[in-house]
Amino acid sequence: MITLTDFLTVSAALFCIGLYMIVSKHNAIQILIGIELMLNAAILNLVAFGKYDSLNNSGQIFALFAIVLAAATTAVALAIILNVYRRYKTIDPGEINKLRD
Amino acid sequence: MTLVRVLFYLMSFIVLASAVFVASTRNLVRSVFIFFITLFALAGLYVLALADFVAITQIVIYVGGILVLILFAFMLSGKETLNTLQQHNSKLLSIGKLPALLLAGLFLIVMLNIVWKADADNLPWIKQAIATNAVITPNALVTDNIGINLMTRYLLPFEAVSILLMIALVGAAHLSRKEATG
Repeated sequence: MITLTDFLTVSAALFCIGLYMIVSKHNAIQILIGIELMLNAAILNLVAFGKYDSLNNSGQIFALFAIVLAAATTAVALAIILNVYRRYKTIDPGEINKLRD
Repeated sequence: MTLVRVLFYLMSFIVLASAVFVASTRNLVRSVFIFFITLFALAGLYVLALADFVAITQIVIYVGGILVLILFAFMLSGKETLNTLQQHNSKLLSIGKLPALLLAGLFLIVMLNIVWKADADNLPWIKQAIATNAVITPNALVTDNIGINLMTRYLLPFEAVSILLMIALVGAAHLSRKEATG
């Protein structure tokens, strides 16, 4: 039997790896991957708690919503990254320091 | 130690090891491909949490959609950024990564403390769910129930998500089109 604490421990570690990637990377795409890791940690928590709700399935359904929202976020973020690359010829967030004009 | 537990440890080891590899590797394209493995192993963990439908959705949307999108953007954003970024990384190896490591490590300590102090297995509503037999069993028909709930109880969030998806699609198409006039 797998306990809830096991799932929560794994997802805490995954969240911290994602946090490390977001803080330390110099590449917008890798930062996006870090965000995806953190989102997946949250989804793992939702699914683990959703096991104890067989009537409404709230955990699993909101995990589905979170996955779909992550897809929408990624599409918009990648469009923004492509635009930024077209304008600056780099995708290092540290070097992007001007607004439109 | 049952087989389920062995599988759980195996899957979580694969998830964490590949995530650490994604975070630490110098080769950016390889990190994207190793991210595939992280997502597949996470789908395995969802199956072990008795959420088959979420696991399938994870594979279809994340592996099929998001990762291909990331690879696509990766290939479109040119080679010269890769080279400059890699030199940048190797130069700042120890000093630049230290604050991030410290932040992530301290955050991990805080979160693990919270998880172990919260003692999630003995929460009142979990105990009540176990007492009233509301726990999902391995042979239950969860997917049918999810479909029914999605169309009745969670219809409003479902519609909101569908509208948001359409807005995001239009926005992404608008952002990524070629600029015609300044």
